[in-house]
Amino acid sequence: MRTVFFATVILAGAAQADTPVLTVLAPDYFGSSWGPGPAIREGFEARCACVLEFRTGDVLPRLMLEGARVGADAVIGLNTDMTLRARGTGLFAPHGQNLGALTVPVEWEDDAFIPFNWGYAAWVYDRTRVETPPASFAELVAREDLSLIWQDPRSSGSGLALLLWVDQLYGEEAAEVWQALQARTVTVTAGWSEAYGLFTNGEADMVLSYTTSPAYHMVAEADETKAAAIFEEGHYFMAEVAGVLDGAAQPDLAREFMAYILSREFQEMIAYANWSYPSALPRADWPEVMRDLPLPETAIFLDEAAAEARRGPALDLWLEGMTR
Amino acid sequence: MNAAAARLCALGVGGAVALWLLVLNFGALGAVAWRAEGFSALRGADWAAVRFTLVQALWSAGLSVALAIPLARALARRQFPGRGVLITLMGAPFILPTLVAVLGLLAVFGRGGLVNQGLGATGVAPVSIYGLHGVVLAHVFYNLPLATRILLQGWGAIPAERFRLAASLGFSRWQMFRQLEWPMLRELAPGAVLVIFLICLTSFAVALTLGGGPRATTVELAIYQAFRFDFDMGRAAMLALVQFALCAGAAVLAWRVTLPAGLGGGMDRAVQRFDLGPGWLDAALIVLAALFLLTPLGMILARGLAQVPGLPWEVWQAAGRSLMVALGATVVTLAMTLALAHAILGLGGVRGAALEALGLASLAASSLVIGTGLFLLMLPVTNPRDWALVVTMLVNAGMALPFALRLILPGLREVAATQGRLADALGIHGLARLRIVTLPRLRRPLGFAAGLTAALSMGDLGVIMLFAEREGATLPMQLYRLMLAYRQDDAAGAAVLLLGASLVLFLGFDRWGRGRAGT
Repeated sequence: MRTVFFATVILAGAAQADTPVLTVLAPDYFGSSWGPGPAIREGFEARCACVLEFRTGDVLPRLMLEGARVGADAVIGLNTDMTLRARGTGLFAPHGQNLGALTVPVEWEDDAFIPFNWGYAAWVYDRTRVETPPASFAELVAREDLSLIWQDPRSSGSGLALLLWVDQLYGEEAAEVWQALQARTVTVTAGWSEAYGLFTNGEADMVLSYTTSPAYHMVAEADETKAAAIFEEGHYFMAEVAGVLDGAAQPDLAREFMAYILSREFQEMIAYANWSYPSALPRADWPEVMRDLPLPETAIFLDEAAAEARRGPALDLWLEGMTR
Repeated sequence: MNAAAARLCALGVGGAVALWLLVLNFGALGAVAWRAEGFSALRGADWAAVRFTLVQALWSAGLSVALAIPLARALARRQFPGRGVLITLMGAPFILPTLVAVLGLLAVFGRGGLVNQGLGATGVAPVSIYGLHGVVLAHVFYNLPLATRILLQGWGAIPAERFRLAASLGFSRWQMFRQLEWPMLRELAPGAVLVIFLICLTSFAVALTLGGGPRATTVELAIYQAFRFDFDMGRAAMLALVQFALCAGAAVLAWRVTLPAGLGGGMDRAVQRFDLGPGWLDAALIVLAALFLLTPLGMILARGLAQVPGLPWEVWQAAGRSLMVALGATVVTLAMTLALAHAILGLGGVRGAALEALGLASLAASSLVIGTGLFLLMLPVTNPRDWALVVTMLVNAGMALPFALRLILPGLREVAATQGRLADALGIHGLARLRIVTLPRLRRPLGFAAGLTAALSMGDLGVIMLFAEREGATLPMQLYRLMLAYRQDDAAGAAVLLLGASLVLFLGFDRWGRGRAGT
């Protein structure tokens, strides 16, 4: 066992001597064979004459704690609710890409972060249990027959998206909305996994997830029963982004990686690899299962500064409504 | 080795362990506070979280021990086929990872669970598990096994001679309880309440999920929020300090109400009870408890067993890695616990009690604070990421130490009281004394403590997410990765694997510990 280990280390060392290594910091889920990591590595290595190495773990805490010592060239997998703090570390360099090809439904001008996939927060339901899903947020608030499970905005990114969604739709009246939702809320979980697990176990009629969630069930499980309720007021936009680190040992490779993220090849792959919408691909070219999903017409989104400014007041209204 | 040298040596090793605990609990907290340049003030919502945390932890601890007393008594005085296996299996909920336990509980008590299906069939309105009662139910599910095992050991430790003497003196059942069992409970129950109170104090995902919403916010969630969204390390450190203060308060209280049993030792004869009442009451208790504790486990098995053979290879690899970490943590924990326990007895008095409290402190520690703090402490010296599995192992050992200490310390005290003078007179000191006198008599708590540590470490997600990278995934990490990728079926399979691996570790050590015992 030990010999094999050392042999691997030596071989890896030998490989390193010839080919440059691009080190990319990524969330933990990039590390699994079923996550988006392997497909991205394979695609990029085929064009870069380099080795792409993911370092997985809690990305933002590491950036904040380690600063320049983080020892990576690029970062992938930060969410839009983390970009403000990530930017604040001062660790990011311009990505150097022309963002004209982006097809995300919001204005995106950012020289540090590039969205590589995106989605809308949405209430997902089971067709066998909910015959007529609400067609608007207002109807959801009024529908007393529906039971809900969702995520806490204090501990979850999707929970935070819901908080800002309601804040944008209802402003100062949000407390009443939360009070109405609280009445039919089964529970609020710390993270998305718990909530979605409870929903698929039949604990509630609807769960806070993404408009793209049903695609997984259709493709991987041939299950057509899951659907996202599309609301006429619009849905909260969320994206995952990538960026180049200032102290990168391989700055050119890192920028090449950014270009790869915007390439057609990456964009066509990411929908299946990460169950999200491609960020730089016209809808007509999306994989069939994504293209056929109903898409909300209006995107609701607060840029990072506005989101940070609203978060505190919106949380106060949330707590007020939920504990009334 | 002479007596004085042995004592000095024990104190030295115990001191080293105490130092590690200080670093783990307070050094890490200090590092976080130092990085934040001080503690920040708490908000109104934080105090609401403190209140809820206290209320649910008190209920959970009180109820767990109150239910454990009759259950442990029934198990202690009845003999039936399969008793040993049942006792071991009933320990299982305690070692489940929280997410798995919650899903198992909800399969029984949830909206679509067995209980509500049964009620629905008989036309009764469904009951909701969500709310304070749900949190308490889940914590009792978790901790009843631990409380039962602690008390069961207490019953097992009452020498058979006392029951014989009591019977020959014609004690009534009540007198038997008052004179023999009550002193044991006065010695052990406060400690059990304290341990469970502290476990529930740091509950986070269980409390929130079953609490039904923000009313069920605990201090640990507030710490998480301070880290995750506010990156306000000062507030996180302050909240962690509040958690320690609650812990210290509870520890002092428990220490004040604990009374040493203070009766002589026995000859290790098998206990024979002369005061057995009607059997149906004990039987009913045992059956009910077994149903409560084992049905959720059965539901987890039923959901995921078929998926186990088809699990991705990486999940098996991760299981192997988790196994190594668990075994490493077990060795470290037992060594640390024995050293600390000897030092506690060697010091005695208030200083011994202070050391004992330090041994319990990591129960109240937030794993987020510990992880971040250790990361900050290691950063100037080395690359923390190179040490992911070692740190995980050492932190797990520190986290399991309170349980091991609670289990081993009373036994060691007993050994010192009953065999100490004889061993002194024979001049058996140091390692020889450990090997000949102490360890054989501690085999049972050692086995149980080892099983607990291994299983707890197996299911821990704790600090590794901050440290790990590349190939370092553990089994709980893979479980979360599967859930994040929508792969609920595989996740259910991984949960069964995790449950199975934890149980095998627990069973193996525990059976070893109870190997030669008559009860």
